[in-house]
Amino acid sequence: MLQAFPDIKGRFGDFGGKYVPETLMGPLQELEEALDEAMADPEFQNEYHHVLKEYAGRPTSLTYADKISEHLGGAKIYLKREDLNHTGAHKLNNAIGQALLAKRMGKEKIIAETGAGQHGVASATVAAKFGLECIVFMGEEDIRRQELNVFRMKLLGAEVVSVSSGNGTLKDATNEAIRYWVANCEDHFYLIGSVVGPHPYPRMVRDFQRIIGDESRRQFLEVEENLPDRIYACVGGGSNAMGMFYPFLQDDSALVGVEAAGKGIDTPEHAATLSKGTPGVIHGSLTYLMQDDNGQITEPYSISAGLDYPGIGPEHAHLFQTKQVRYEAVTDQEALDALKLLTQTEGIIPAIESAHALAQAFKEAGSMEADETILINLSGRGDKDMATLMEHFQEEV
Amino acid sequence: MLTKTSFQGKLNKTENLFIPFVVAGDPSPEYTIEFALRLQEQGADVLELGVPYSDPLADGPTIQRAAKRALNAGMSLRKAIQLVPELRKHGVEIPVVIFTYYNPVLQIGHQDFFNLLEENGVEGVLIPDLPFEESEEVRNMAVKKDVEFISLVAPNSDTRIQQIAEHARGFLYCVSSLGVTGGSSGMSAEALTFIKKVKEHSQVPVAVGFGISTNEDVKLVREHADGVIIGSKIIRLIEAELDVIEKGQKEEALESFTKGIQELVRD
Repeated sequence: MLQAFPDIKGRFGDFGGKYVPETLMGPLQELEEALDEAMADPEFQNEYHHVLKEYAGRPTSLTYADKISEHLGGAKIYLKREDLNHTGAHKLNNAIGQALLAKRMGKEKIIAETGAGQHGVASATVAAKFGLECIVFMGEEDIRRQELNVFRMKLLGAEVVSVSSGNGTLKDATNEAIRYWVANCEDHFYLIGSVVGPHPYPRMVRDFQRIIGDESRRQFLEVEENLPDRIYACVGGGSNAMGMFYPFLQDDSALVGVEAAGKGIDTPEHAATLSKGTPGVIHGSLTYLMQDDNGQITEPYSISAGLDYPGIGPEHAHLFQTKQVRYEAVTDQEALDALKLLTQTEGIIPAIESAHALAQAFKEAGSMEADETILINLSGRGDKDMATLMEHFQEEV
Repeated sequence: MLTKTSFQGKLNKTENLFIPFVVAGDPSPEYTIEFALRLQEQGADVLELGVPYSDPLADGPTIQRAAKRALNAGMSLRKAIQLVPELRKHGVEIPVVIFTYYNPVLQIGHQDFFNLLEENGVEGVLIPDLPFEESEEVRNMAVKKDVEFISLVAPNSDTRIQQIAEHARGFLYCVSSLGVTGGSSGMSAEALTFIKKVKEHSQVPVAVGFGISTNEDVKLVREHADGVIIGSKIIRLIEAELDVIEKGQKEEALESFTKGIQELVRD
């Protein structure tokens, strides 16, 4: 039996913990107690799974990608279709779980941070569904880049707060969301969007996302009567990957997390936190991050806003250190190529984030045997990326 | 009773303390020295020397702006610590507390960090994102190196108030309201009850900070606590002089800054 992480101090091996101002220690304690109690309550579990089924449309499909498998000439490739989840990405699974918890705790207002806007949209969606007030913090640069998602959030009734501190991206939006929470923790619930932040957030988000891996495992056994040889997922903060990997941690399947190499990991413009970062503290958690020699956090870069984050969930840092998961990095161009290939062979337009996982799997599939299997977490659909894709592919299509 | 630390040796009283906060290198190291001297002249008992950080979670917009100016001027944790002997050379005698977020400390490494503090004669350290549960190793090292590890306690620390207060060294930083630095002022009945509770358990002076921005606030805090910590308001006084500083009119800037401090802390 493997040791269960996180431990009582919120540690995944050397990583995790609660590196937060004193004013947040109380609210985190309150959250942890409410979470433990809710997770142990069959009624809460039933409600969560009921909403996933009736509202989000779960379980999402497991699709055998026969055309692309044939095209690459190696392993059989399966896709876990989180793009078919309501709002178009895996983000909603976690938002539903946390919104139900917020209600249970009697908090009527939720706070969320967002980069590309996917988690902001998921939060605004559950706020509308469960009758909660919702404030979304978003960097001013991201607001400019993601006009459509900003409008979606507003249409859903959320207030979108523009963050101009720092460089006006996800890192700064998260800082601002935490600051707002510090001042308003009595009646606000902070609905964090990834497996990051202080304990118990990384554990909570993982446990609300493990539905991806649990379903995949069951579905895979049904069709293949065996588990996949390799499983791929993209990693920014790392929630879709953690949700997919967690139920497979004790199996023989090789797990591969794919980071964003941006313009190349040997350039300054990437978001490959594990490949190029070093241990440190970001947003209340000890993990790997991108920083300079003085310990100032630096700005990452990726074509995909969802992977454009200078940190990574502490459990990933632990899985990296203990080599339970292999982490690779894929460039913007490789991701775009994989996106186009999937779109034109299978008729599925993936999110650029998910295309990073596809790219790494496609690189490896050809050299695998025909009786081997690959499972890729297709974490979201590409509709939100149309403006970016038009810039890149306009002349080719 | 513990043996007297360097910090306690330099602190000549334990009540009615005035503890100002400035960001090292805002807008330049030279000005930090000048501001520190003026603050000492106006009765400062301890200087909190803030280290600018890219992601200051506990700070509001005022200190964020100061951090940005200081980072642009090339300030770092190492340079801020090395600024302390310069302060001494120019006549700053009060104990200095380095106020830094944890990540820069981690990058230097605990051992080297405390060696640096010792070599440069720093009397205290405050790390706002290193709560009691995460700070054991650092607290033990601080004791060995004769550096006071300053703790914070908040109104919602609840059952932890006693534990934090009993372990407090140097002075205890009492966060008067929830929120980030530079927030709203004024004091509620709950805040006063909270301060009273902290004082019951603390063996060191209890100083109150967060949102102290007027002479009325200062007077109110003096009535109920052993000291007053002022950060954002002092930064705003510095900000008000930036244009004058830009023009090179140093004496004018410092005179105007001093007047602002006098008005803020007068009896």
